[in-house]
Amino acid sequence: MNAIAAQPATLKARSPTLRFARRLFLNPGALIGTILFSLLVLAAILAPFIAPYDWNETDVGMRLQGPSLEHLFGTDLHGRDLFSRVIAGGRYSISLGIATVLLSLFVGSVIGIVLGFVGGRIDVWGSRLIDVLLGFPAIVLAIMIVSVLGVGLVNVVVAVAIAGVPRFARVVRGAVLVVREQLYVEAARALGASDIRIMARHLLPNVVPTLVVLGTLDLGNAILSTATLSFLGLGAQPPTPEWGAMLSGGREYMRYAPWMMIFPGLALFLVVMSVNLIGDRLSQVLDPKAKDRR
Amino acid sequence: MSFFAKRIFGVIPVILFTWSLVFVVLQIIPGDPVNLMLAGVPASEEVRQRERVRLGLDKPVVERYVTFVVRAVQGDLGESFRSRRPVTTMIAEQMGSTIELALGGLLVGLVMGIILGILAGIRPNSWIDSTCMALALVGVSLPSFWIGMVLIYVFGTILMWVPITGRGLDALILPSITVGLFIAGGFARLVRSSIIEAMGQDYIRTARAKGLPPVKVVLKHALRNAMIPPVTLLGLQFALLIGGAVVTENVFARPGLGTMLVDAVLTKDMPLVQALIVYKTAAYVIINVIIDLIYGLIDPRVRMERAS
Repeated sequence: MNAIAAQPATLKARSPTLRFARRLFLNPGALIGTILFSLLVLAAILAPFIAPYDWNETDVGMRLQGPSLEHLFGTDLHGRDLFSRVIAGGRYSISLGIATVLLSLFVGSVIGIVLGFVGGRIDVWGSRLIDVLLGFPAIVLAIMIVSVLGVGLVNVVVAVAIAGVPRFARVVRGAVLVVREQLYVEAARALGASDIRIMARHLLPNVVPTLVVLGTLDLGNAILSTATLSFLGLGAQPPTPEWGAMLSGGREYMRYAPWMMIFPGLALFLVVMSVNLIGDRLSQVLDPKAKDRR
Repeated sequence: MSFFAKRIFGVIPVILFTWSLVFVVLQIIPGDPVNLMLAGVPASEEVRQRERVRLGLDKPVVERYVTFVVRAVQGDLGESFRSRRPVTTMIAEQMGSTIELALGGLLVGLVMGIILGILAGIRPNSWIDSTCMALALVGVSLPSFWIGMVLIYVFGTILMWVPITGRGLDALILPSITVGLFIAGGFARLVRSSIIEAMGQDYIRTARAKGLPPVKVVLKHALRNAMIPPVTLLGLQFALLIGGAVVTENVFARPGLGTMLVDAVLTKDMPLVQALIVYKTAAYVIINVIIDLIYGLIDPRVRMERAS
């Protein structure tokens, strides 16, 4: 947090939190990202109230209609309103992404802290395993895991989360290697603190900034990966208004009803981009070593 | 040369380890390979059992594992459960298509990434920089299956400039852009930060002071010194691509190793999965060694370090 303390006196915000928020949002990219993301999340949460139609209601008379005032994004093969479905899709895609990141963050940091702190042979073999797993494309790893667990939304979250664990574990391990040499860790040990206590009370809090940055940067990725698996038919199944599944359905009618694939994909792209905008700025603000701040 | 020998031998435990891991995972995947293979075929249980014996599936797991490793070391990776053809032949058939796409995607990513990265890096914090980095962000945020479909729709269906499927060079354009956009995004950011760092060095001031044209200063002095981190990233991307771009292959209905691996996993075609893993691991290592060689070409200092 040195970087924040070293800010010029022109930033006269009172609390460190406020100062932090100002630094974060003074950047146009992060501001746009936050507004966009908040809007998309809000739309997803309030979907039952703002969606003009029931997103599962079929109307065969209105099938494959192009965008109009009545149906902003047009309708799909069964005459369902795409605008309502895209809004509702955020409920799945965004929450699946967040759940995935939290899960890999948790498992990855536990593994990373243990490897970095315990060291020795466990660390050598653990790190080697991580390297092997990192050599696999995450999506292939996730597909292998889904094939073990079976097709389904929850399994996709677990699979993408597991596939993300090596990335988190490696970064956290690296951060722990630095932190554990600090004087306060030695002091804690001298005071007779147990290993578990040192890991939980001294190492974990010090890698939190790293975890926040990593988690945000990975959220876009996680949303994309879960949607990709649904697109490949391994996750959400057709009637579910999940963006990846909708895109997979829209693909066959691309020629006649391109709106079926354009709008869900656009929503997916906007969510991922807004998260990436926030993550980028967050890593600049939280990482004192980044030289070229914008 | 011992540097490379060491690297290549260092890989053997990694390959063995990966094999074992994949072997275990494949045992856990539910479903019987023979039943999956004969799904919908009216074959009696007797026939199925004979098939299992033929494939060696009746043996205990440990024995199968040992047999597999021994044969693999002798260069025999077996034949596919499904097609009953040697897996090496199957991989060789699809490799061309995969390598084409990997090279095409890399080329697009490299060109776009370098241009965006240099434009952004020589004037940090300017509007050009912001624009280039915004474009790079768009590149990494685009879902590849979506942009692939949009490209097919716009250039294939509406404008009809390029064929949507097929194996010609023109059919490679859209898939390459799909893969390249993502690579360009990450690549541009790295080139930018490397260029910024290089531009602050003394030799750039010297080059400027002696009156070199700015283009030459950037391309010859800054870029060359800034290329090591981007080359590493590019190599890693290539290593991943050479295993097959699952999603892009799927969207463009291209044959390739990515689709092959996914199908093999889903049908528990163990010899094929194992062989693909061996191929991927080997490709990964070879590419890493090549990257090391490229370092030496770009930056003679690396060569001297290695010699000492």
